[in-house]
Amino acid sequence: MKNETILKIENLEKSYGKLKAVDGISFSVEAGETFGLLGPNGAGKTTTINMLLGILEPTDGKIIMLGKNMAEHHAEVRCLINFAAVYAHLPSNLTVWQNLYIFGKLYEVKNLRSRIDTLMNEFDLKKFSATKAGLLSSGEFSRLNLAKAIINEPCLLLLDEPTASLDPSIAQQIREMVMAYAKKNGAAVVWTSHNMREIETVCNRVAFLSHGKILLTGDPRTLPAQQGKKDLEELFITVAREPLTLNEQ
Amino acid sequence: MSNDMSFKRIYVIFIRQWFLFRSNPIRLVTVFLWGIMNIVLWGFITKYLGTLGQAAFSFATALLGAIILSEFMNRIQQGIMTSFLEDIWSQNFINFFASPLEIREYLGGLVLTSIITSLASFAVLILLAGIIFGYNILEAGLFILPFLLILFLFGMAVGLFITAIIFRFGPAAEWLGWPLPFLLSIFSGVFYPIATLPSAFQILARLIPASYVFESFRSILSGNYFFSGLLSNLLVGTALAIFYLMLAYIFFLRVYRANLRSGALARFGAEV
Repeated sequence: MKNETILKIENLEKSYGKLKAVDGISFSVEAGETFGLLGPNGAGKTTTINMLLGILEPTDGKIIMLGKNMAEHHAEVRCLINFAAVYAHLPSNLTVWQNLYIFGKLYEVKNLRSRIDTLMNEFDLKKFSATKAGLLSSGEFSRLNLAKAIINEPCLLLLDEPTASLDPSIAQQIREMVMAYAKKNGAAVVWTSHNMREIETVCNRVAFLSHGKILLTGDPRTLPAQQGKKDLEELFITVAREPLTLNEQ
Repeated sequence: MSNDMSFKRIYVIFIRQWFLFRSNPIRLVTVFLWGIMNIVLWGFITKYLGTLGQAAFSFATALLGAIILSEFMNRIQQGIMTSFLEDIWSQNFINFFASPLEIREYLGGLVLTSIITSLASFAVLILLAGIIFGYNILEAGLFILPFLLILFLFGMAVGLFITAIIFRFGPAAEWLGWPLPFLLSIFSGVFYPIATLPSAFQILARLIPASYVFESFRSILSGNYFFSGLLSNLLVGTALAIFYLMLAYIFFLRVYRANLRSGALARFGAEV
């Protein structure tokens, strides 16, 4: 799948009355690439993710997955995507196994029981198989969320702040699991986070969003220097506070 | 993998509810307890009323039968609503609707759940009325089938309508759904003939499909009916129920699409 464009977004726009939450953004993500979507709160990251998930209708623009327009091939495209987000809860009143079973069935996963077994072993969830999701710790719940996110072996994995509120050790474990999955399957990953060290570690390329527009794109390891900033965190703060001082790319 | 409706995914929505029932039997209260309490309460009331009159009319036959039928309709409505509410309470919408699940498959799953729970409740109520009060609703004969069909269609329409209202106005609107069966029973003639109502209310009652069922049921029990009159009653009731079901479905889809546009689907659970 290398060098194949998994996701292509063209002039994507979302308006609420006069407010443009996302203002004509375009980018693409290749197979095997981890793309960071960065920006201050309210910049349009989650709005973009929600449009990619199909739970928010764009005002304008196109989302193309593996050459297929999402607006026309809704169900088909959604079989190729999955996601995990800090705000998207799995049913807490179902057990770990039941959660994976329900979502595996929804995504029409073949040999589901064996796939669930594999995931529970990989994510160290076997001992929680019959435990209700609501009784899991944050770390265990994040592992379950991630197991659900890759149950259908998606070509595109959307992660909206997947490590928010996790301790550094578990956050690192989650990052390693995602990267191992992406490497093994050649999947594209779109990752949002406010943790700039995390972004430097996992992302090949980032886009900075501000007021719904993409201000900058580039390699997170070289972009700060190009903008005369010492690191990604300083660049982030500039985007949040003084976006007009940046050189647009 | 196509845009066709997947019965497998409809079944998954039912299985999700089945897991919930299995893990916590207290949920069965919503399926059986209200109906059982109604049957027991009204069974004893009718038994008492029977001792007051000179037994020219069987209160038990008229009321218990009507209550069993009305419970069937209420379970359909509340089966759809409570299954939907389970997804609200567990804040599950993003995960569901970001999956390949289509909205009509989701609704199909809610309806399938409500059919199974209401049929289970119906069977228990028939059994209970027989054991405690020696009453058999099946004495009404094959007419029970069109009665159940009308009540099923109308219960589904009301269930979809109230679910759409909750979807539009947020979780707090669930409180509109609980008293709805009582409100409808006033105009449906569950407990009394429509002619008992003031004339303005009678007009309203004629717009409610369930009223045709309960009026027909009473006329069969009294033995005072013409087949053609009964048939036209059932046809009007069925036509109205189908009409309301179509309206409710269209209304639900419109609310869903409006939520997709406004972003309410993504942040559902918050008051809007």
